[in-house]
Amino acid sequence: MSGGVDSSVTAALLKEQGYDVIGMTMQIWDYSSFSSEHGETFGSCCSLDDVYDARRVAEGLGIPFYVVNFEEDFQRHVIDNFCDEYFAGRTPNPCVLCNQVLKFELLLRKALELEADYLATGHYAQLLDIDGRTALCKGLDEAKDQSYFLFTLTPEQMARTLFPLGGMTKDEVRAQAARFGLKVADKPESQDICFVPDGNYVRFIEEERGSGHKDGEIVHHGGQVLGRHQGIYRYTVGQRKGLGLSWKEPLYVVGIDAEQNRVIVGEKSLLSRSSFNLHRCLWNIPLPQEPIEVACRIRYRHQPVKARVTPLDDGGAQIQFEAAQKGVTPGQAAVFYLKDRVIGGGWIA
Amino acid sequence: MKKVYLDYNATSPLRPGVLDAMLPYLRENFGNPSSIHWAGRAVSGAVETAREQVAVLLGVKPAEVVFTSCGSEGNNFLLKGLARAQREKGRHIITTVVEHPSVLEPCCQLEKEGWEVTRLPVDSQGRLDLDQLAASIRPDTVLISVMAGNNETGNLYPLADIARLAREQGICLHSDAVQACGKIALDFKQTGLDLATISGHKFGAPKGVGAVYVKSGCLLEALIQGGHQERNRRSGTLNVAGIVGLGAACEIAARDLAAESAAIGGLRDRLEKGLMAQIGNVRINGCVDPAGRLPNTTNLSFCGVEAESLLMNLDLKGVAASSGSACSSGNLETSHVIAAMGVDPLQAQSSVRFSLGPDTTGEDIDLLLQEVPQIVSRLRRLSPL
Repeated sequence: MSGGVDSSVTAALLKEQGYDVIGMTMQIWDYSSFSSEHGETFGSCCSLDDVYDARRVAEGLGIPFYVVNFEEDFQRHVIDNFCDEYFAGRTPNPCVLCNQVLKFELLLRKALELEADYLATGHYAQLLDIDGRTALCKGLDEAKDQSYFLFTLTPEQMARTLFPLGGMTKDEVRAQAARFGLKVADKPESQDICFVPDGNYVRFIEEERGSGHKDGEIVHHGGQVLGRHQGIYRYTVGQRKGLGLSWKEPLYVVGIDAEQNRVIVGEKSLLSRSSFNLHRCLWNIPLPQEPIEVACRIRYRHQPVKARVTPLDDGGAQIQFEAAQKGVTPGQAAVFYLKDRVIGGGWIA
Repeated sequence: MKKVYLDYNATSPLRPGVLDAMLPYLRENFGNPSSIHWAGRAVSGAVETAREQVAVLLGVKPAEVVFTSCGSEGNNFLLKGLARAQREKGRHIITTVVEHPSVLEPCCQLEKEGWEVTRLPVDSQGRLDLDQLAASIRPDTVLISVMAGNNETGNLYPLADIARLAREQGICLHSDAVQACGKIALDFKQTGLDLATISGHKFGAPKGVGAVYVKSGCLLEALIQGGHQERNRRSGTLNVAGIVGLGAACEIAARDLAAESAAIGGLRDRLEKGLMAQIGNVRINGCVDPAGRLPNTTNLSFCGVEAESLLMNLDLKGVAASSGSACSSGNLETSHVIAAMGVDPLQAQSSVRFSLGPDTTGEDIDLLLQEVPQIVSRLRRLSPL
């Protein structure tokens, strides 16, 4: 229970359906250490106020409620990875990691320690039986579908998971919240990364790792040095703003070379890629022995597009788009769909 | 589901008769005891009766009892009040590393304001070395503060011996007796204390009321200023109903403490021995000899098991217990008391405190002896630390 409307409705619905529900909040971040002058006014998640909201919802439902402290694990598995990736010239995806390690490994284990049968969350995704196997599928509400963030779920984890909201739209969920009289019914949604509530990830990274980082060259794709950068972590592929360069055409970040400490820029057309490679692929179907046609999503806010996936011997895969796509960003997850079903995914090299 | 409460060191239910004693002062006798008129007079006698009841339990004079709202307020008042009143005499304070945060934090505050604080260490069983204490006394020492019984381990501290040292040097001795009061017999005069703190809700009085003992002649700066209540020592309209409840609880304790402590001690020993016999790899945190602890407390480490998980499982079976002190939850930091005993971090994370009370029964202990071994063995299998 995050204190938000989705997990609150999840708890209420399950209780109504006759489950013995135990509410649990993960304390993953110490908000008292957040130093912005804006204080806790963001649409963020998991602040002290949110724990309070979760507790009040649990009290109203008459269910046991516990706060488990995962700050250390969150620091190690999510925050450290977040910073490391930026310094390696990649754009991290902390939400996938949080689901993979914090929620569906550590929190699930806590649930099993309490002899629970399931861990239920408010994710907009569905676990459906397809040909005798449990399959992770998109949520009914396409605009809210969160299956992208859940692609790492293993069959063992899926067997112990419930997504009660997967078959509902966001509006239906809010209506349920009103029906249950939950005071979080009108709470704004959390956008952004939960530990960077003001969206200023550069400030966050500098607070974590210091700010005296090596500056380096900004180089045009053709080879010409155009300027200097103050740290490659300030850049992400596809970025246009903040380059501080003048050129005959608009320039975009097309690559980041961590080894040479360089940011490579180029014209918009260079952002289009028709193929790319993935590391560390996971499959929810038996490993294909032949290339397979899928719909591939390369970031959360991306309409899955036709692609061919060819598994490679190193555990990765090669992806070939039917039509070239912009914004293939190293460090992001690519997730494969067969119709509405997540059949696998991996990390963009 | 049967509910078993084993967290008396966190708080306790009202003793029988306490609520009834209080009710008139929440209903028709609502006056302010400081008022000169009939409404005030109707209650001021009850306050003074309560003061006498507290004094009897503590072995002090009624005029030496000052009512407060709680133990934390009492500790803040006594430490800061004594130190500031004696600032010309000296600026050195001696305390221990196992004190409650409401003693330790005021000491930190005083350090910021220019005092020096010596924090005496404890050994692996949480015991003080009196020679070390004696050696740390300086010409400018004005206060020694050592608790009577520790909230986490139950360890008892040798106040009479410390009082002798203090008296020789003309140093004020304070004791945080919040956990000890109502559990063991106390006689502050005989022990030789100058200052002491108690808190009502630990021994059957309501939350929101406490008291301190201030020996006649011991001058303190008030913490809360403004009114002239409690002879200028603690301003604020008296919590009459709470005070009446406190007095009633003290009277019950004075009468029943000896018999109850013996019974509680028996149950605690059975629980402790039973758990250690049935479950392997369990360590006592604190004085290994139960006679060196409050009769109701046992703090055990179930090695290889996360305390948090054990407590949640117990809660779902209806058993209330805790780890660390109640004032700090959602916190992964090791208890400073456990850390002070040099307990290794993994063992510290497995430590759980069971604290019994007058309503604890043999059946409660039976339930624990049945459930805890099963939970521990399941957790050791599922998620070994």
